[in-house]
Amino acid sequence: MRVRLERAAHCRSGDKGNTSNISVIAYAPELYPFLTQQLTAERFRDHYAGVVTGRVTRYEVEGLQALNFVAEGALGGGVSRSLCLDNYGKSLSSRVLAFELDIPDHLAPLLKSP
Amino acid sequence: MTLRIGAGSAWWGDRISPAALNAEKGDLDYLCFETMAEATVSAAQVRKRRDPSFPGYDTWLDDRMRAVLPACLERGTKIITNQGWINPDGAAHRIAHWLREFGATGIKVASINGGLITDSVLELTDTILENGHPTSTLQPDLVSAEVYLGAEPIVDALKQGAHIVVSGRVADPSIFMAPMMYEFGWDALDHTRLGRGNGLGHLIECGAQVTGGYFADPGFKDVPRPWDLAFPILEVESDGSAVLTKVKGTGGCINLMTVKEQMFYEVHDPANYLTPDVVVDFTTTQLDQVGPDRVRISNISGKPRTPTLKVSIGCTEGYIGEDMFFYAGPGALRRARLAKQILEERFKLVGLDAEELRIDFLGINAIHGAMTPTDAAEPYEIAVRVAARTKSREEANKIGREIDGMAVSGVGMTGKRVPHQDRTREIIGVWSSLVAREKVHPTITMIES
Repeated sequence: MRVRLERAAHCRSGDKGNTSNISVIAYAPELYPFLTQQLTAERFRDHYAGVVTGRVTRYEVEGLQALNFVAEGALGGGVSRSLCLDNYGKSLSSRVLAFELDIPDHLAPLLKSP
Repeated sequence: MTLRIGAGSAWWGDRISPAALNAEKGDLDYLCFETMAEATVSAAQVRKRRDPSFPGYDTWLDDRMRAVLPACLERGTKIITNQGWINPDGAAHRIAHWLREFGATGIKVASINGGLITDSVLELTDTILENGHPTSTLQPDLVSAEVYLGAEPIVDALKQGAHIVVSGRVADPSIFMAPMMYEFGWDALDHTRLGRGNGLGHLIECGAQVTGGYFADPGFKDVPRPWDLAFPILEVESDGSAVLTKVKGTGGCINLMTVKEQMFYEVHDPANYLTPDVVVDFTTTQLDQVGPDRVRISNISGKPRTPTLKVSIGCTEGYIGEDMFFYAGPGALRRARLAKQILEERFKLVGLDAEELRIDFLGINAIHGAMTPTDAAEPYEIAVRVAARTKSREEANKIGREIDGMAVSGVGMTGKRVPHQDRTREIIGVWSSLVAREKVHPTITMIES
């Protein structure tokens, strides 16, 4: 089944200069392999096209079922220079919730629903 | 022995009542305050230039200390705080004043200096980390430069008998780790224990962000009574493992999800989180929910510290002018589009000289910008939000002046705010560099209340 990432993982963004880091954390260990396979650094960058202007690096933390994406050039020049209303990019992580994932049907009970 | 360390603030504007609650009901050995953002020091320097009466420390110092000192004095809780900003000595004297007001005399308050290196930064540093240019290129616009100090000077102050330690810039996690080093006698080069301690410090340096703040998403991640969040408390063992918890009966939650989200907050490579004291490796961390709102944290790793310390360099970079006005009801978007066109033409007529100009529709694309899906539904209400970055204040002021003009010369059914004074603000750009560790000499000054 194809689902929005928001049903399989939660996320948070942080800022350092002009770089935003966005962690994506699986709700269950069984869901983590599908995140690592499908949410590559390249697809992440495409998903943030127009805002992320630099390199995207992905770090995997398997023990905590987490991916950490480091997106350079994502904050309009940096918190103090940015003309974006959300200078810190605090809401940037919410964009990844719309990423579409293919999850095997038998894992449906592990997915969250509002 | 279990050491109890609580958070008192995560930034300058943080709530104060959760700090008082931690002081009163946290049974704390230490209460630690983090009150600075990246540009805090430079902003304080600019303010001091304009207003010599500005004391140069946390503008909430009085409120925070009045809220926590009585309970801390009663329990014997020591306080570590970076509220000194550009004037740690002044902050120490002010804290001593409040101690006397509460009838406590003979209490030792230490201030830590030596991190401000504005006068020598161009000699001590070479390269700007963000763009590779020489730091000397920043000279014309330089406002302030400060080193991110580690936990060691705080530990030294505690060894000298300080009950309260107030500093300027210290790396956030180090503020919270200093009590662990002092109480457990950890060596400054013991990277195994310091890795654990600094990792723990990172988890509570952002206060409520680990107890249910910056977390709730209804239906997906629900938080009990999110209007009554507590600040976190660490119960640390001498080996650097800990239980993360909060005062019972408060709102919020501490679980594996809140801890993991905070663990990666503002972290790049989770196996190499650089701090002045140690390089933290979070990837080995073991997390266990051992009770309601109690998460046990063990096995964070550490690697030897780097030979350099980070320097933050603040520079004046010009101005931002911004303002907004509103449309609602049927046709809100078409009126907003016409307004945008009018403004674009007006900015040409008045010769706006901007490095960057943004005209966004709040409700459509003001937050996610170019990422906004093209098929997003048209909202019932739209704010037209205009921002420009300019070299001079006069140019930035044109944004507000042109939006004033939209009141009687703009589009039908335009909603507007009362003209306000803060539409133009000064930009302080923050750059980073590195300084050799041995070139930095923190000093400690001790006074008694």
